[in-house]
Amino acid sequence: MQLTNRSKQVSNKQMTLAERAYLPAIATGLAITIKHFFAKKVTIQYPEVKRYLGPVFRGRHILKRDAEGRERCTACGLCAVACPAEAISMVASERQKGEENLYREEKYAAVYEVNMLRCIFCGLCEEACPKQAVYLRHDEFVPVFTERDQVIWGKDLLVEDMNNRYTREAWTKEEAHVLDAKRANGEATNVVPRAIP
Amino acid sequence: MDLTEFLVKTATIFAVFVATLVIAMYSTWAERKVAGFIQDRSGPNRAGWGGLLQPLADAGKMFFKEDFIPALANKWLFIAGPSLAMLTAMLASAVIPFGSTIRVAGHEVPLQGVESNIGILYVFGVVALGVYGIMVGGWASNNKFSLLGAIRAASQNISYEVAMGLSLIAILMMSSSLSLGEIVSQQHGMNWNIFYQPLGFIIFITCSFAECNRVPFDLPECETELVGGYHTEYGSMKLGFYLFAEYINMFISSAIISVLYFGGYNYPGMDFVYNQLVNALGTETGHNIATLIGTAVFFGKALFFVFFYMWVRWTIPRFRYDQLMNLGWKKLIPLAILNILITGAAVLFLKPVITAWLN
Repeated sequence: MQLTNRSKQVSNKQMTLAERAYLPAIATGLAITIKHFFAKKVTIQYPEVKRYLGPVFRGRHILKRDAEGRERCTACGLCAVACPAEAISMVASERQKGEENLYREEKYAAVYEVNMLRCIFCGLCEEACPKQAVYLRHDEFVPVFTERDQVIWGKDLLVEDMNNRYTREAWTKEEAHVLDAKRANGEATNVVPRAIP
Repeated sequence: MDLTEFLVKTATIFAVFVATLVIAMYSTWAERKVAGFIQDRSGPNRAGWGGLLQPLADAGKMFFKEDFIPALANKWLFIAGPSLAMLTAMLASAVIPFGSTIRVAGHEVPLQGVESNIGILYVFGVVALGVYGIMVGGWASNNKFSLLGAIRAASQNISYEVAMGLSLIAILMMSSSLSLGEIVSQQHGMNWNIFYQPLGFIIFITCSFAECNRVPFDLPECETELVGGYHTEYGSMKLGFYLFAEYINMFISSAIISVLYFGGYNYPGMDFVYNQLVNALGTETGHNIATLIGTAVFFGKALFFVFFYMWVRWTIPRFRYDQLMNLGWKKLIPLAILNILITGAAVLFLKPVITAWLN
């Protein structure tokens, strides 16, 4: 019974002299490899050139601030509960008078630590966060660490820098395609960030 | 032999050795570059410009690794193996004619380590010794994979040496000399042996692939079957010497191929260039520059064949062992004998006719 048209009939016919001589086949092979020798290389020179990994890549963690520069995190602990690797730990604290420009909610995380050896970059903390505070950046990796005290990241490394804010320019595959097309044409690349609910 | 002659000889041999070693060293770099380019990658490019310091880094790494000798190995033979491989690989470079002569203060210095009237026999003898390095090392490792690899290497080299020698006899019948210098100077201009011996050339190059244990005949170090073959137990610089010896052998056999079949330092229009240079710069400088151009041509040819070795390596898959033996004994040897008969007939009957016709 024939299922597809792709099957090829196997034959045991005698090879012709040209096939048995093996040299024409070698010449064909050599022609193919030399064509690749002069072909354009597909290598991306990694540390110098970085490839766009897409809008949904989960990289380095960031604790977002809102538009006025206040930390969004309210230390509810949902991210720590959601974390399957138990990488997140935090110490909550009450906001004092005069700190309203620092923290958006009345309760904030005085200590927020991510253990980068435990983290599996699953993004469940991102999904669990009710305040849109924790994100995994799509444009940056967690760099390699060489010392044990570099493993646990505190707020100094996690909280967003207001001078260098993190925006995700495309959120869906379609938006990413539009963005890629714009980038290819050399048009403006900044998309207005999505409004925070 | 007076002192000057002795010093000149020493300097020549030293230069030949250095050239061989440097070329072998950069062959390792070129191999990785070629492999990368053929596979659409860019190869090593971090150490120095275009990865040119990579061989130094590799050698440094090899030297600093632990020099391990297995407990049940035969210690002396284990060390002797890579030493022999390296020694025999280096020896063959002595008789290769790299160019014609350099004139210094009225002396003619040939660009050849040793001008010997049995040059090609010497090369064959030394190349045949090369298998001892592999055999001794593989046996001394006291490891079944190593021993199998070594036995494969031995039987493969012996089988293909027969066909190689037979294909060479056709060349010797034409040149009626065993001296490499003589064989080269007979191929003056564009009168290269490849035009008379295409079949012999194909047999010879196939056999030299087998003699160098290169793909498609790299069964002695076939990873899929034998772990690492004869150098399974080797590490550190001893492994480095085995690999390095392979690259030296590659360069030597490329040089031999270009000497025997592609006219060595001869190139079309060399008489014209020589006359122009001698007329313009005098018999000493002009002659020397013409010689150096010839040497450059020779290295171009030899390096092309080194590239060809690599090109083939990344094109053809490995033979099975029975296919290897069938090819060697049932195809190449009868073909080589046929080639001798054809050459003999041509030298006897065709050559007088053509000579008479040309006159």
